Amino acid sequence: MQTQTLEGGFTAPAEQAAHAFRSVMEAMARPGTIHDIAGAEPPAPLSRAAGAVLLTLCDTDTPLYLAGALDCEAVRAWVSFHTGAPLTGPQSCMFALGNWDALAPLDAYPVGTSEYPDRSATLIVETPELAAEGVTLKGPGIKDSAALSLPETAAFQANAALFPLGLDFIFTSGARIAALPRSTEVL
Amino acid sequence: MYVAVKGGERAIENAHAWLAEERRGDTGVAELDIAQIREQLSLSVNRVMAEGSLYDQDLAALAIKQARGDLIEAIFLIRAYRTTLPRFGCSEAVDTGAMACDRRISATFKDVPGGQVLGPTFDYTHRLLDFKLAADGEVPPAPEREATTAPVPHVTGFLNREGLIEEAPQDDTPPPDLTREPLEMPAERPLRLQALTRADEGFTLSLAYSTQRGYGRNHAFVGELRIGTVPVEMEIPELGFAIEIGEISLTECETVNQFTGSKSEPPQFTRGYGLVFGQTERKAISMALVDRALRWKELGEDDAGAPAQDAEFVLYHCDNIQATGFLEHIKLPHYVDFQSELELVRKLRREAGADQSHAGGTS
Amino acid sequence: MTGDSYNFAYLDEQTKRMIRRAILKGLAVPGYQVPFASREMPMPYGWGTGGVQVSAAVLTPEDRFKVIDQGADDTTNAVSIRSFFQRTAGVETTTATEEATVIQTRHRIPEAPLGEGQILVYQVPIPEPLRFLEPRESETRKMHSLEEYGLMHVKLYEDISRHGHIATSYAYPVKVEARYVMDPSPIPKFDNPKLNDCPAIQLFGAGREQRIYALPPYTRVTSLDFEDHPFEATKADHPCGLCGAGDSYLDEVIVDDAGGRMFVCSDTDYCESRQRQSHRGKDAA
Repeated sequence: MQTQTLEGGFTAPAEQAAHAFRSVMEAMARPGTIHDIAGAEPPAPLSRAAGAVLLTLCDTDTPLYLAGALDCEAVRAWVSFHTGAPLTGPQSCMFALGNWDALAPLDAYPVGTSEYPDRSATLIVETPELAAEGVTLKGPGIKDSAALSLPETAAFQANAALFPLGLDFIFTSGARIAALPRSTEVL
Repeated sequence: MYVAVKGGERAIENAHAWLAEERRGDTGVAELDIAQIREQLSLSVNRVMAEGSLYDQDLAALAIKQARGDLIEAIFLIRAYRTTLPRFGCSEAVDTGAMACDRRISATFKDVPGGQVLGPTFDYTHRLLDFKLAADGEVPPAPEREATTAPVPHVTGFLNREGLIEEAPQDDTPPPDLTREPLEMPAERPLRLQALTRADEGFTLSLAYSTQRGYGRNHAFVGELRIGTVPVEMEIPELGFAIEIGEISLTECETVNQFTGSKSEPPQFTRGYGLVFGQTERKAISMALVDRALRWKELGEDDAGAPAQDAEFVLYHCDNIQATGFLEHIKLPHYVDFQSELELVRKLRREAGADQSHAGGTS
Repeated sequence: MTGDSYNFAYLDEQTKRMIRRAILKGLAVPGYQVPFASREMPMPYGWGTGGVQVSAAVLTPEDRFKVIDQGADDTTNAVSIRSFFQRTAGVETTTATEEATVIQTRHRIPEAPLGEGQILVYQVPIPEPLRFLEPRESETRKMHSLEEYGLMHVKLYEDISRHGHIATSYAYPVKVEARYVMDPSPIPKFDNPKLNDCPAIQLFGAGREQRIYALPPYTRVTSLDFEDHPFEATKADHPCGLCGAGDSYLDEVIVDDAGGRMFVCSDTDYCESRQRQSHRGKDAA
């Protein structure tokens, strides 16, 4: 086993996971806001932010889909060792991880059912840039309006139209994250 | 002059100290030790293990001691401890057919291979208070004989050979676990059985009794009741095969129930099943009757609207830790809600012209 | 029990992850009750196990934690829960609403406005607002999925025709973002307007009933009502006897054998901080 597989996890799991979760929660609760997230040192090409999100939310109970370039030996080994998340395809995943293009098409992922809209996938989207500018966001968590550099617009509009069903997104870039729940209206 | 009550922390500490003193009781009387509880109150220990879902006699005995003999409180202590334990894996299914039986009776056949073994039962004791026990509990050893090594096959197996009883096919699907997944309706039989084996003995007993009196009657015979020990085996991934990790005592009850047949099934006997930690036969029999009552739908029977047929009713109310917590929480202060009700009732009475007094007088 | 023998904030990490995932889904679908595998806690069901599990999942060592029951920091169950987290998470605690980063509450929303850096965790006994109209979970789940809330309106309207008012004074149902009908937990309806457009994150935990739900900040929350009978947030028609506040929810306290009574703020921190600012009510010393 490679040493980089064994390293890069949380060194103080309870405290670091607590901090990382607060970043994720703030991001999900306040769409468009950007937060620092730390504690993980995953192997390339995985970002530190995406690594921390995985360590915070994934375990043996959460099937994970690795899309595109992230479906590589280094990432697979690191994810398996540190989270135990079973790797799966988009149809049966609870979390998916990849670059925006690799994650497409969105209709491959579970969007929940009308009785259980929570049974939907959360997509962790690795993004080169993350900025509070671009398309306008409105909805729960947003005082008047917010802005976020989304990779595109139409897909998120279509997703929001499914509400209360739909996918939720966490954007990761370097050591920063933002999020876009299905409840957000994308203008 | 009104001063708001303070000092909750001190009050709690003092209450705990008093509680500990009461638990100990008169210090002129020797203190109970865990081994005494484990050995001499073993049926209490069994109930705590069964409903606490943790097989450990010493911990159950400790919980009983700490709970001053309040078994539901002891079960609660065990449950709260149990949730903090890491989960290493799951065992192989235990083979109750290979049980070393201390007790084994069938109500459906006069004799069966393996024999009728009464074992240590209260059944034919005359319930006369034994005043001698108050002074001296020492007893001569019970008569013994060589344990038979002959197999003790399940009684329902004999009926099965004739096709007179429904099949109980082996199924290796991993069962759900309500301690790790939220309860969801409709609940399939494995989940129902898990809920019932942890369920409150009194609640299960009363529901079973209600089916006997006609609320969802299902004509149960005790096909077999067996109590004894079985080995527990677990497959160790690193080894690639199963090894024995211990031995537990179990009570198993299989009922044989009348069934007149449905559109798709010929007339045959059906089954109810109970399996509980320890010697807990009242619970195991009750569980089997309730299990059978809950199976009305799959067997194409009528919904008589009986409580024991209603899975949602049974499963959401059978857990005594949930029930006692919620019941007892009404002791907590509710004066904010009560105040809002008070204001509303006053307002409604004022408007109805019923209230003669002044609602707002102050000191 | 010693703090050292248990994980930070008591729960094991796998349980926290499960709760955290439920919280995120709750935030993504405001007002929808997310099922979660509630654990058996070392305090009884019905005594705040849902709130405690949610608090355990969100607390960090740097948080300042406040616990209130009936609005007060010194009620016995609030004291008990606060000391639980002092012991198992080592967090700093406070009674000052403004200073707290995480507030766990039973039956009240603090009077002082909450801010963006804060999280309010509610203890919820029965999370299902339709439960008293329909006892079956399988039915109420269907009703939520179909947005079929007619039964609730019928019940409220029957109150009006019988009493002239809606006869629900606490746990008054709300609608979230014009979609889910939600139980705000048994807060007095006086507190309902504070749910709306709140800058803090509001999380609801029901342990025994195994549900978590959430209101992100600035969520639109409206109390159910009718055009001819608009919702009204009511309280005892008095100022606080100790601090003179006219805008706070009041407890009625019986002070002598003759049935004499006075009204005091239910929010003890609010009342005390007003008194520190030299506000006095007519019963103050």
